[in-house]
Amino acid sequence: MTEKITGAEAMMRALENEGVDILFGYPGGSIMPTYDALYDHKKTLNHILVRHEQGAVHAAQGYARVSGKVGCAIVTSGPGATNTVTGIADAMIDSTPMVVICGQVGVAMLGTDAFQEVDVVGVTSPISKWSYQIRRAEDIAWAVSRAFYIARSGRPGPVVLDFAKNAQTGMVDFEPAKVDFIRSYEPEPDVEMTDIERAAKMINNSVKPFVLVGQGVELGNAREELRAFLEKADLPCGTTFLGLSAIPSDHYLNMGILGMHGNLGPNVMTNQCDLLIAVGMRFDDRVTGNLATYAKQAKIIHFDIDQAEFNKNVPVDLAVWGNCKETLAAVTKLLDDSKHTSWIEGFKPYAEKEYNKVIDKALHPKEGPLLMGEVIRKVSEAANNEGIMVTDVGQNQLMACRYFKFTKPRSVVTSGGLGTMGFGLPAAIGATFGAPDRTVCLFVGDGGLQMTIQELGTIMEQGAPVKIILLNNNFLGNVRQWQEMFFAHRYSFTPMVNPDYELIAKGYGIPSKTVIERADLDAAIQEMLATPGPYLLQCAIKEEDNVLPMTPPGANIDEMLLEV
Amino acid sequence: MEQDTTKLYTFLVYSENVPGLLSQITAVFTRRQVNIESLNVCASSTPGAHKYTVTAYCDEHMARILTAQIEKRIEVLQAHFYTDDELFINETALFKLSTPVMLKNHEVSSLVRSYDARIIEVNSTYAVVEITGNTNDIIALFNELEKLDCVLQFVRSGRICITKSRTEHLDEYLAVREAKRIAQQKK
Repeated sequence: MTEKITGAEAMMRALENEGVDILFGYPGGSIMPTYDALYDHKKTLNHILVRHEQGAVHAAQGYARVSGKVGCAIVTSGPGATNTVTGIADAMIDSTPMVVICGQVGVAMLGTDAFQEVDVVGVTSPISKWSYQIRRAEDIAWAVSRAFYIARSGRPGPVVLDFAKNAQTGMVDFEPAKVDFIRSYEPEPDVEMTDIERAAKMINNSVKPFVLVGQGVELGNAREELRAFLEKADLPCGTTFLGLSAIPSDHYLNMGILGMHGNLGPNVMTNQCDLLIAVGMRFDDRVTGNLATYAKQAKIIHFDIDQAEFNKNVPVDLAVWGNCKETLAAVTKLLDDSKHTSWIEGFKPYAEKEYNKVIDKALHPKEGPLLMGEVIRKVSEAANNEGIMVTDVGQNQLMACRYFKFTKPRSVVTSGGLGTMGFGLPAAIGATFGAPDRTVCLFVGDGGLQMTIQELGTIMEQGAPVKIILLNNNFLGNVRQWQEMFFAHRYSFTPMVNPDYELIAKGYGIPSKTVIERADLDAAIQEMLATPGPYLLQCAIKEEDNVLPMTPPGANIDEMLLEV
Repeated sequence: MEQDTTKLYTFLVYSENVPGLLSQITAVFTRRQVNIESLNVCASSTPGAHKYTVTAYCDEHMARILTAQIEKRIEVLQAHFYTDDELFINETALFKLSTPVMLKNHEVSSLVRSYDARIIEVNSTYAVVEITGNTNDIIALFNELEKLDCVLQFVRSGRICITKSRTEHLDEYLAVREAKRIAQQKK
């Protein structure tokens, strides 16, 4: 007979049983019994008090993205829970493993419009992988184990546990549970050899193959398998934003970034290849542009762990279902040692054209105000191209993805699918805990920083070593760019009056500096990286700069604008 | 002109018996702007498994997407879509008819008889008529009765159906999953 403990204590033990050692959270009425139990587990469960529940979920996401572990957030009921909604939706579309524990009123109060009661399961079901209400203390061990199993297995995603107060206070004989099988859920199928053989045959017969690398490679820890796959058959590739660090930036087969603000070569060649091989990506509209003209000349193979992605946006000739760590390895065994030299050479003129028209200007301006591209590249290089890139959303994100360089896996923390402004700062905090030995560089605009600026308080309290590079152009830059390009220069509510960010940083005890002159940039970056702990580097960026090249929305993916 | 490729598909979904699944399944349709024409939920012949029978007009591509997205929900065991020729289909309807009108106009009862409908209750105020059949017959009977101005109430059930296939997908799936569970346990 085991000792009887409270449900709240059972939750602590269940979390420890799942290997959780860090929680991002914010207490409140309906989760107080659990916070009371947490008080006795401070040594094993490091609780990071954020300043807003949205910060907790984004921090958990940042933690998960760089560590590969399940991020965990804990909040109270009602507004605490609804404040996590954006992060849950973000984690869902970007396949980030996360468990969010929300307090809930007691079962007897459910449905009475009680204080801080909200239908959390109803709200989060459509935007989470699984959402479950724990109504009895007896269900905690099972529900927590099941939650973590679902969050981390298959295509990862967010899980919500709505934790009723009576379940927290009820007494239970706790025995740890281990859920590793759910009858109705097949996270990873056995590799189907006939599909593998067909894929190998198609690749071996291809003269102009092109591989699209997505985050699935990182999520499946299949970086080495991808490299072997590409190198054996000499397959050029492009990456999505979320797949950026799945292959080193300077790998000879990495042709660049796909999509609306990606590189010219990969987008043009998407519509010239004879075989398109998508690995762990989902043909997002920002990657494909106009679907009616997307890679119509090519046969398409799609490797993915999520069956529902096959033929969703782009019809494919062959779907290979499974974890790409296994499927890529299996296909690689059957590949010929091919060379596609002339095909790969074909990317070069586009790279040169883009370099001359766009990249050189973005990285090496001779005069005028600072540009985002030069700042980002210098930061990347100063961190030996080994840093973690965290971005907010907008021009800062697009530029960072274009000009930051990657040599190490799990180095990208950006809100790709949902495009959540305000994601960056809290996600960067989480990243410092998920990868404490690495340099975490946050690129954020003046708009996005102010959306979650309260998390500077978390940084202050934790001493979280986030290197905040504020790319301040006094505009909501990306919307402004679209207004310039597609709305006749009508800058409707995109100019922004900014506070004194150095003064704000000072208030939080965060060292800071503002760079206006190009000549001061290198030294400022060095100082930022040499300063232990957090740092805010504000860069006064050219106000009306554009992210180029760009495929206009709805246009064909190979029709990129190199200038406006 | 683009060809209209929409037709009525029937989605048969089997899930674990857990609360909240119905709204998850219907949400898959609404998010993709597909209206549900009819819906029936009941326990299935497999213990613990619930059966959802959903009909909706869409094209085949959408039917595949809906099926895949439904199956993606954790507690859904299986989802498939069918066209009418692959199914045995039935619907039930009840009519509450005005007895005075029926007495005045004999067409009403001959119409009821011609559709093989059954009168299951009569009193001086109303008669209750039950019909089992396909949608078209039921709608046709309703339309004709309506013309005779005798319908007080009308209700039609959602479609219920079973597949013509000689293999039982759900049983096969559950057998495979059970084998996998045992294999995993041994490991």
